[in-house]
Amino acid sequence: MSPVQIELRDTPFDSFQELFEYRTTFSKNGDHGACSTFVGTMREYNGGDRVFAMQLEHYPGMTEKQLEEIVGEARKTHEILDGLLLHRIGNVRPGEDIVLIAIWATHRKDAFAACREIMEALKSKAPFWKKETLAKGDRWVENNTPGE
Amino acid sequence: MTIYVRFFASLREQTGIDSKTVDADGLHSIRDLWSAVTDEPLDETTLVAVNKTYAGPDHAITDGDEVAFFPPITGG
Repeated sequence: MSPVQIELRDTPFDSFQELFEYRTTFSKNGDHGACSTFVGTMREYNGGDRVFAMQLEHYPGMTEKQLEEIVGEARKTHEILDGLLLHRIGNVRPGEDIVLIAIWATHRKDAFAACREIMEALKSKAPFWKKETLAKGDRWVENNTPGE
Repeated sequence: MTIYVRFFASLREQTGIDSKTVDADGLHSIRDLWSAVTDEPLDETTLVAVNKTYAGPDHAITDGDEVAFFPPITGG
């Protein structure tokens, strides 16, 4: 069974509150020596335009499957003791968190690398689509910005 | 042979199709299926999934498949 809990949420979440709560769910037996986290938050401006809201569409069933596979791939090359992956769906407003990835490992090398690899793979393989609400109407986001 | 076809995001708006069941007798590939459901050209950036797994445009379709077409993804 995967040690990484994966969830899609249709309501706002506070990533740091989620981390605080998740950390109480696993035993601290002395192995957890490192935790790396990434939090992605919706910005109020994109491409010079003010963005009032965003609709995050996904492909039910496939999105979850892809996220499981992405985590599975990371586990082939990195030791992951525990992890949490949350991603918003539905209506999102500026300032709200879109994605949280937290990876616990024995050492920082695996924690840093797995967190980053999962995030970059999510950006290119997990079927989510953003539609922004601007003053002049709605606009689909066409591409993600490169991570490196 | 019947195929359940789905479109997501901007492709759903472009084609005007959310989902439909297609009688696909005589069709062989994803590319054939696309041409049977829309007059739009199949853009090379369009992503395809068969039964919720990524596939290429020349992938062979089989009875009962769920085939989804969608634009480049923009999550995270």
